[in-house]
Amino acid sequence: MTRPIARPRLGRIAVHGALLFYTLVAIGPILLILVNAFKSRRAIFNEPLALPTAKTFSLIGFDKVLAKSDFGLYFLNSLTVTIGSVALVLAAGAMAAWALTEYRFRGNAFLGLYMAIGVMVPIRLGSVSILQLMVDLNLVNTLTALILVYTAQGLPLAIILLAEFIQQIPRDLRDAARCDGIGEYHIFWSVILPLLRPAVATVAVFTIVPIWNDLWFPLILAPGNGKQTITLGVQQFIGQYVIDWNAVIASLSLAIAPILVLYILFSRQLVRGLTAGAVK
Amino acid sequence: MPDVTLRGISKSFGTTQILHDINLEVKDGEFCVFVGPSGCGKTTLLRIIAGLETVGAGELSIGGRRVNELAPAERRIAMVFQSYALYPHMTVYRNIAFGLKFSGGRKAEVDAKVRRTAEILHLTPLLNRKPRDLSGGQRQRVAIGRAIVREPSVFLFDEPLSNLDAALRVNTRIEIAKLHRQLAATMIYVTHDQVEAMTLASKIVVLNHGRIEQAGAPLELYHRPRNLFVAGFIGSPKMNLIKGRVVASDAEGARIALADGRETRLRKVEAALAPGQEVTLGIRPEHMSAGQGGPVALEGSVDAVERLGEASYVYMHLADGTNITLRSPGDSKVEPGSALTVSAASGAVHLFDADGLALAHIAIPA
Repeated sequence: MTRPIARPRLGRIAVHGALLFYTLVAIGPILLILVNAFKSRRAIFNEPLALPTAKTFSLIGFDKVLAKSDFGLYFLNSLTVTIGSVALVLAAGAMAAWALTEYRFRGNAFLGLYMAIGVMVPIRLGSVSILQLMVDLNLVNTLTALILVYTAQGLPLAIILLAEFIQQIPRDLRDAARCDGIGEYHIFWSVILPLLRPAVATVAVFTIVPIWNDLWFPLILAPGNGKQTITLGVQQFIGQYVIDWNAVIASLSLAIAPILVLYILFSRQLVRGLTAGAVK
Repeated sequence: MPDVTLRGISKSFGTTQILHDINLEVKDGEFCVFVGPSGCGKTTLLRIIAGLETVGAGELSIGGRRVNELAPAERRIAMVFQSYALYPHMTVYRNIAFGLKFSGGRKAEVDAKVRRTAEILHLTPLLNRKPRDLSGGQRQRVAIGRAIVREPSVFLFDEPLSNLDAALRVNTRIEIAKLHRQLAATMIYVTHDQVEAMTLASKIVVLNHGRIEQAGAPLELYHRPRNLFVAGFIGSPKMNLIKGRVVASDAEGARIALADGRETRLRKVEAALAPGQEVTLGIRPEHMSAGQGGPVALEGSVDAVERLGEASYVYMHLADGTNITLRSPGDSKVEPGSALTVSAASGAVHLFDADGLALAHIAIPA
């Protein structure tokens, strides 16, 4: 293997410095939350940047969250909504992307454009009519409402990304499968989808993060009846006059966990997916 | 009797017409090769036969059955792609078995067929590998195996050798020829390489700009090309083409003035020639020799000599700039830069008219 020509030392230091700085900025808040989650209320305010010591160590936040609120329920709600939406986005998105790239039919170009507009226009602009629709459908305070909205929110980007990946799968593979006498349905499930795995992982992460973190739609569509998601559930510790920082920080650190696990599981596929899209 | 018959096949992509009124019959068991320069429509024609492109106009039938509207699988064809098109996420075994499983074969039956195919192609030790762990030649064999296992009535090959290196290409070419004899199946094969066409085909179809220039047995195309295009395309190195004008013509023969000012006498020309008519003389490099031996003599200077051992190819140009190639014996003493006279027998000359159509062919040695 040949080594790339070494850049001037100063340049390398600058690059590493910039990257290190960016990493600190990105990770800082998360570290701050994790560190403070294990401290007493007094310690949080006196020395917000200090690590928990034997004196300041406290699990009171977790205690409150787990004992005094329906944290488990909120967590389950978030999980249900996220998994449900992502499953729908991926299944419908992959099929739609396949249809849009593979089949020539009337309205194909129009549908592609329609999806692109879906990426550009934020779904929250339609909040009022969405709420009205959900009221009419009797879906207020149900997880179904959230799943439907998030599926609509995630689909356009998923379709555009997946279509891009499908175009990179050699045409000959589909033709070979057709000559082999394999039906269109099986071509999609047995040939195309397995090859799309890195792309699906990428799209999954892009879709999951905003859903898991969303506060807006849970607040207006499912604020009660034990259908709150975790981001909404945390809000009960934030009062108008008193904020229970121990509980807020503890529930936030618990909420980070699933996304972290997900990233670790998908990271290899994710990086491959990101670069595969970038370097054709 | 899986004859493949094409009647008046045309095809356009948008406003560009790719194929014009193709009429062709490929008989049962024939090895038919479509050959032509890139962009001549040969691959499109193959894909139409496969059912991967729709027929624009005309009728396509396989084994006497109209198949215009049938899906590829219903045509009982199998295709081998230039890129092999192996499913990258499946083992060799699954690649070969994939099509059979979906056509509803029983498991034991599928297994037996896959193993027999692997046996024929020496793939048995590779059955559990993935395509990325195979060499180019092995991938090619898997692609062929995937075609064989379905026992199709017609095999279609789309430039299957162009991704292989030279040595492997010759080997695989021979393997394919053997396979054709073994299976006695109808095969249609697309290539831009006229050597592949000559060596494999029982029938060559030369295509150019979406039209059939000529179809026939390899040696028929070699000896009796219908026009200048076929004459130039078949044979390697290319046939030498020399412009000339008819001076006089009678029952004995014709006198033709060549572009470089010389005059030559052809004996017993079958075609009627009018004095003043523009013609092109075609002489193959292997039918010429150095020296003043034959009645058709040309003089030029040598640009380059390629010594291959069994023969030396001499590249020279005439006074008017016409390039001439000569195949001379391997021990030829000709040097670049020297002047050289070459000649050919009058029976070795093809004659083409101003439109490029053949007027007369060489006297085929009996």
